[in-house]
Amino acid sequence: MATDEITVKAAGKRPEPRLTGSVGRRRPTLDRRYLPVLGTLVVLALMLIIGGARYENFLTGRVMANLLINNSFLIVLAVGMTFVILTGGIDLSVGAVVALSTCLSAWMFLHGWPAYVTIPAAVLVGTLIGWVIGVMVHVFEIQPFIATLAAMFLARGLCYVIAPESIPITDPTIVKLSETRWGTDNGLVITPSGLIALAVVVIAFVTLHYTRFGRTVYAIGGSEQSARLMGLPVARTKVLVYVISGTCAGLGGLLFAIFARSGYSLTGVGMELDAIAAVVIGGTLLTGGSGFVLGSVLGVLVLGLIQTIITFEGTLSSWWTKIVIGALLLIFVILQRLLIVRRR
Amino acid sequence: MTVPTPSPIVQMSGISIAFPGVKALDGVDFRLFPGEVHALMGENGAGKSTLIKALTGVYGIDSGRIVVGGVEQVFSGPAAAQAAGVSTVYQEVNLTDNLSVAENVMLGHEVRRFGLVDWRATRKAARTYLEALNLDIDPRSSLSSHSLAVQQLVAISRAMVVDAQVLILDEPTSSLDSDEVARLFDVIRTLRERGVAILFVSHFLDQVYAISDRITVLRNGALVGEYRPAELPRVELVGKMIGRALEVLTELEGSTERVVVDRSGTPLLQAIGVGRRGSIEPFDLDVYPGEIVGLAGLLGSGRTELARLLYGADHADTGETIVGGVSTKLRNPRAGLSRSIAFSSESRKTEGIIGDLTVRENIVLGLQAERGWLRRVPKKKADEVVSHYIEALGVRPANPDAIAGNLSGGNQQKVLLARWLATAPKLLILDEPTRGIDVGAKAEIQKLVADLAAQGMSVVFISAELDEVLRLSHRIAVLRDRRKVAELVNSDDVTTDVVVDLIASGGTSA
Repeated sequence: MATDEITVKAAGKRPEPRLTGSVGRRRPTLDRRYLPVLGTLVVLALMLIIGGARYENFLTGRVMANLLINNSFLIVLAVGMTFVILTGGIDLSVGAVVALSTCLSAWMFLHGWPAYVTIPAAVLVGTLIGWVIGVMVHVFEIQPFIATLAAMFLARGLCYVIAPESIPITDPTIVKLSETRWGTDNGLVITPSGLIALAVVVIAFVTLHYTRFGRTVYAIGGSEQSARLMGLPVARTKVLVYVISGTCAGLGGLLFAIFARSGYSLTGVGMELDAIAAVVIGGTLLTGGSGFVLGSVLGVLVLGLIQTIITFEGTLSSWWTKIVIGALLLIFVILQRLLIVRRR
Repeated sequence: MTVPTPSPIVQMSGISIAFPGVKALDGVDFRLFPGEVHALMGENGAGKSTLIKALTGVYGIDSGRIVVGGVEQVFSGPAAAQAAGVSTVYQEVNLTDNLSVAENVMLGHEVRRFGLVDWRATRKAARTYLEALNLDIDPRSSLSSHSLAVQQLVAISRAMVVDAQVLILDEPTSSLDSDEVARLFDVIRTLRERGVAILFVSHFLDQVYAISDRITVLRNGALVGEYRPAELPRVELVGKMIGRALEVLTELEGSTERVVVDRSGTPLLQAIGVGRRGSIEPFDLDVYPGEIVGLAGLLGSGRTELARLLYGADHADTGETIVGGVSTKLRNPRAGLSRSIAFSSESRKTEGIIGDLTVRENIVLGLQAERGWLRRVPKKKADEVVSHYIEALGVRPANPDAIAGNLSGGNQQKVLLARWLATAPKLLILDEPTRGIDVGAKAEIQKLVADLAAQGMSVVFISAELDEVLRLSHRIAVLRDRRKVAELVNSDDVTTDVVVDLIASGGTSA
């Protein structure tokens, strides 16, 4: 047998002492991962420029401040949704959880519960529903779409049980929260709700980028199988993202209650879809593993700005908002598709 | 070569695992010493992956003991195995390519300050681990920007982070070129010198002999033996892997007379320098009408890959395919089908039989695909075709409305054959048509193939069992390490030993 001769063939070529990767050390160039977010930023800037050119009083502090304040609950929802979508899941329950949270808080205030009990309860009801979803998704391996759809119906149904009619909220704490405004006279103001939304964004950003939990979220989105084989705590993380999303929905409900000062079972119908739209427009891949929470915030601002522009236009029906959002979504999804194809 | 210390780091004894209907491992013993490279060899289904999965906690064991580092272990999963110092690098690199190299190395072990990840320190640590393997790449770069070989080394770096004492490399070289393999081997040698025990699985004999200190052979879920490579010539290794328990079949079949195929006309199919990067190196192959061309080689030698190129299931990067004298681009299976080439896949269950449909529906599928979806096959014609083939091939039960999934493997194979025969192909490619079916059914299918060829159909016949290839084929193409290394005209002088020699030596010393 020509044993030795063959052995040499495989092992004989001496490699160069140091192995350089196919790219090696390169000059810092723009990371492909930031492209979708930059796209969103460009769209946002274009809208601001067009709006500013077309309408007077558009680029004012008041309009910009209202953009943040009026969308604070949607920002919170989109942040929670980002966690779920980053793992490759989806959460359809958040709109209904918002309604449940507003109904529950209104009902509790009506029955004389103090604010320091009601406010945590309004948030924690979302946490609880999120936990149930997480367990369904992970332990019983139900697809997120179905598990959260079930939770959506459950939460919406509970709303009608608690509050068949709209219940006004007259609690002094809520009233104060809804009326407080800090800021300058020229309209650049911030409300407690706006601050809460910004705080949620900052916490979410730090969690996603500076904790092991956050990195595990990305790893699961990249490949759940790999994450498991790498020994990462996949189970815990998957349950936790739904808990986070549920908690954000509960908090979003609270913000909405502050905004509307009432609890109503038809609140937030379709709001989960707005949140998903914001996340996708913000550049997060629905397949998971790629995206940024700041992108989702930009996504919400784009959605809000569309609405603002249509209000400024005056003659257009508000349904145009939906049409423009639909078109934008399509464009972004196609762009993402192209990015993925190019990466392969 | 290091001299193994007397106490093994991994000692598996009497490991048995059964899946429904299959004994995947049957009382297998396996040991692994620190500072050695131990190759685990065996054909497909021999139980290599099952043994690895038992060791890494992916599968629970039915009986037996696993002792790692002197402690009896029952791993609940990969995380538990890693904690005990057993790390695995899989064939499909199990990293996440949406993250950076540094993160992939350090995920779950990031350096933290005040509870938050310190990226600077984490990247520095990652660089240290990468440099320990002579891997000079930017830890910030995205994993997907690197070749598979580099990703493989990154995966090994990751294994070092968890301080692995046992490193399992499951077919790490299957998609690497020879330079990359040499680099990987350098890393393996470095680790061996550091006392890491390495379990190496590969189908490439050269590589096994180049790197391993010890070889364990499995066959059909049972241990064949543990050997030193120096004491085990290649031929014997191949013999031990394939086994020689096929006498029954030989008796059943009797001797077939050798038919000489007329090779003067135009070949039905002519492949000139056809190849596909990472799949199979360019090869030439002619198939004449009425000829059976057998493909011989070990699993992973490129048998299936070659067949898929002929059919158009994968499209070739290089070379030219000439069908019936006309140069053809085969871009997809339909292109193959429309040129009367039929391909019966080796994975009967996933790429062939549709278990929930009836025998009739399964047979008619091929015809329907040929006609296009808009032109229904008339019921009368379908019935005719179905009953003809059920009778001709002897499908049991002879009931066209039986659910295909409930048939035995051999009968499913006949249904599959019927599907392709119904399209009246000129060339039939059969990939492992007899795998996993009983001896009687095997003989029937072999006879069918011989009869079809006698009627003028060309057949490309792939089987892991050399006896079968030799018995049927007029010509034999020998494949090894994704390369066609030899082609011989079958005669009584060609025996399994001749072919095993060719496989073992790569055609350099026949």
